[in-house]
Amino acid sequence: MEIALIFLALILATLLGWLLKQSFNTQPWVADVVSDTAHHGPLGTNSKLVALLTLLAVITSFFALIMSAYSLRMELGDWVPMTEPRLLWVNTGLLVAASLVFQWTRNAAINGRDSALKPGLVLTGVLTAAFVAGQLLAWNQLQQSGQFMTSNPANAFFYFLTGAHAVHILGGMVVWARATTRVMLDRGDALRTRRSIELCAIYWHFLLLVWLVLFGLLLST
Amino acid sequence: MAYVAIADRDHEQEHHDPQTFITKYVWSQDHKVIAVQYGITAIFVGLIALGLSAMMRLQLGFPDQFSFINPENYYQFITMHGMIMVIYLLTALFLGGFGNYLIPLMCGSRDMVFPYMNMLSYWVYLLSVIILVISFFVPGGSTGAGWTLYPPQAIMPGTPGIDLGIILMLISLAVFIVAFTMGGLNYVTTVLQARCKGMTLMRMPLSVWGIFIATILGLLAFPALLVSAIMMLFDKTLYTSFFMPAISSMGVDPGYTGGSPILFQHLFWFFGHPEVYIVALPAFGIVSDLLSTHARKNIFGYRMMVWAIIVIGGLSFVVWAHHMYVSGMNPYFGFFFATTTLIIAVPTAIKVYNWVLTLWEGNIHLRVPMLFAIGFIFTFIHGGLTGLFLGNVTIDLPLSDTYFVVAHFHMVMGVSPILVVFGAIYHWWPKITGRMYNETLGKWHFWMTFLGTYSIYLPMHYLGFAGVPRRYFAMGNTEFLPDSAQDLNAWITMSALFVAASQILFFVNMIWSLTRGPKSDPNPWGATTLEWQTPDHPPKHGNWGHDLPEVHRWAYDYSVPGYEADFIPQNVPADKAPAGRSHGVEEH
Repeated sequence: MEIALIFLALILATLLGWLLKQSFNTQPWVADVVSDTAHHGPLGTNSKLVALLTLLAVITSFFALIMSAYSLRMELGDWVPMTEPRLLWVNTGLLVAASLVFQWTRNAAINGRDSALKPGLVLTGVLTAAFVAGQLLAWNQLQQSGQFMTSNPANAFFYFLTGAHAVHILGGMVVWARATTRVMLDRGDALRTRRSIELCAIYWHFLLLVWLVLFGLLLST
Repeated sequence: MAYVAIADRDHEQEHHDPQTFITKYVWSQDHKVIAVQYGITAIFVGLIALGLSAMMRLQLGFPDQFSFINPENYYQFITMHGMIMVIYLLTALFLGGFGNYLIPLMCGSRDMVFPYMNMLSYWVYLLSVIILVISFFVPGGSTGAGWTLYPPQAIMPGTPGIDLGIILMLISLAVFIVAFTMGGLNYVTTVLQARCKGMTLMRMPLSVWGIFIATILGLLAFPALLVSAIMMLFDKTLYTSFFMPAISSMGVDPGYTGGSPILFQHLFWFFGHPEVYIVALPAFGIVSDLLSTHARKNIFGYRMMVWAIIVIGGLSFVVWAHHMYVSGMNPYFGFFFATTTLIIAVPTAIKVYNWVLTLWEGNIHLRVPMLFAIGFIFTFIHGGLTGLFLGNVTIDLPLSDTYFVVAHFHMVMGVSPILVVFGAIYHWWPKITGRMYNETLGKWHFWMTFLGTYSIYLPMHYLGFAGVPRRYFAMGNTEFLPDSAQDLNAWITMSALFVAASQILFFVNMIWSLTRGPKSDPNPWGATTLEWQTPDHPPKHGNWGHDLPEVHRWAYDYSVPGYEADFIPQNVPADKAPAGRSHGVEEH
């Protein structure tokens, strides 16, 4: 459970530090004139960003706990380390590319280069879909070589971890699809579209980071 | 000012008033309606769980007198009673119910930040409840694995409901977690982003603090339950061996290879212990506000109270293995967890002292909500003290499988939070419905519930010391148990039925109030917090009419010297009324 605890400690420490800053040296019983900044949230006025960061903390906790379970289960006798399909390297490359293109698209959105949005979003989508397809192909290769989910706990964890990660990617693609439709049909408020792209990009980078950690764990064991 | 402008623009864009009955009361995005929906659903499943506990008590008090209770049923009753009470009633009611109602009103916002997601949260919660209820009626019945669902027995032959029962239970939990996450993101974001002007974090009422920190605990802890539920589903349906050890059952080898049941226990209690505080922290917060309001005194040590909530929340993540002392762990491991467990007693004791000191020299009004709040202090101290016993490994080992544990956790997280739930309902009922209830009937309800629950759980401690094992369907001819243990069990059953029946008073009172109750004053208790200062009573959609409130002081300006009223609402400017604590004004 150490992995889960470390992640949690980081999350809680961030929260604690911020709370300390808010509450240190305050005298709540003193009534005073209202200051303009006192009620502002920690990140200005972007509620969706706060909600997204909170969600990322939840997802972090989810994956950290699976990884904790992984490291605890690994110590038992019936664990046979598995060789990951080489294809995963290609998939990792695809996901890195998707993240980079998304970042480029986000920068274009912020700087008002609207013509770049369509190709950027589509390319991100294609690369991400290719990643998911690649993961499915890797599963298929494993099954061809007789490595099923029940063959060994290492395999079971491999399918579980990659599957859980892919589900989170697909969830992100739903939001991506909404933003892309809005850009394609040139509908909706441009500011909202831009915000949506910004948040999606953060989510993509986060899932890339999660994947790199998972991939590292899978390779090293 | 930028923020206020956005809030007002939100009001125009998203908060246009619902017109039809359906959008107003069914597919509603108003946090107040969603809160009531959450509340009614949670209380409804809670009543089912109460019925189940009555059935268990019938068997324990009068063994084998009732043909409709057999061992299989009995285990299903235990399991569903525990699961429903902890998750589908208490978690949903405190966070989905009171969280939804109180956060926007107490923080001075128009609604939750994401009203649509809030609505979705309720309907997904309802779906999880429906799946849970369906599991009673599938072939084989609901699962009987105990609310902790420990493998391997949860999915091995011999336990009731190992087919669809356990599968539906796990799916229902997963769906509940999705619902909770949607709600939780809303509560956190609303507290962080949508407070009105002047409402600094350290001016928030303690109810909001309790709910806020409990939500954070829930968001970080529920994934552990989700992970274990998914992995158990794989073990059950795909025959993986995450948790299932190499085992043969009745001569048949189901094909599991060597998983770790202890791993499940770690994951489960990594969720399970914070869960205790997910239920307790909102109760702590609400009790603080009830005590302060009805004793007409500022809460003693507000900042300490806030930090105690935060510290308890943090510590609750490092004590989980104290539920696993009997699983055969390394003694140093047990030592570590006993230490962290006992450390939690420090911030908790601070809270209890501060509640008592809030009452000291207060102008105590023993109205119904106050009775429940003071009742909570008794039951919580009681359950907390037995927790000190069980937190020590050496004392826990002999007591762990006895009724002492049942008495402990019912006192600390059954009776105590339920008393707060009732206190909170009686306190905010006039605001929610705009009507008053019958005080006398409410007081009868309190005394019958309070004395009745003591009559149930105090004797249970003695049963535990005598060594009566928990979880047993029947004691059989156990040599070391005196006959009086059975008499005591019969008494406990009578008390339990009495308490269950006395809840009728509550429902009668509330239905009478809804139909014939007198209209209530907008602020019947003379409370300072914002929800009592709304322009409409009960508050309408959008809560605040045209202008958002501005906050100028904390929530605890009661009995301020030199001011004619004994309370100053949070939105009264500093130049209109003095500020300060009723004691210790000279400090500033």
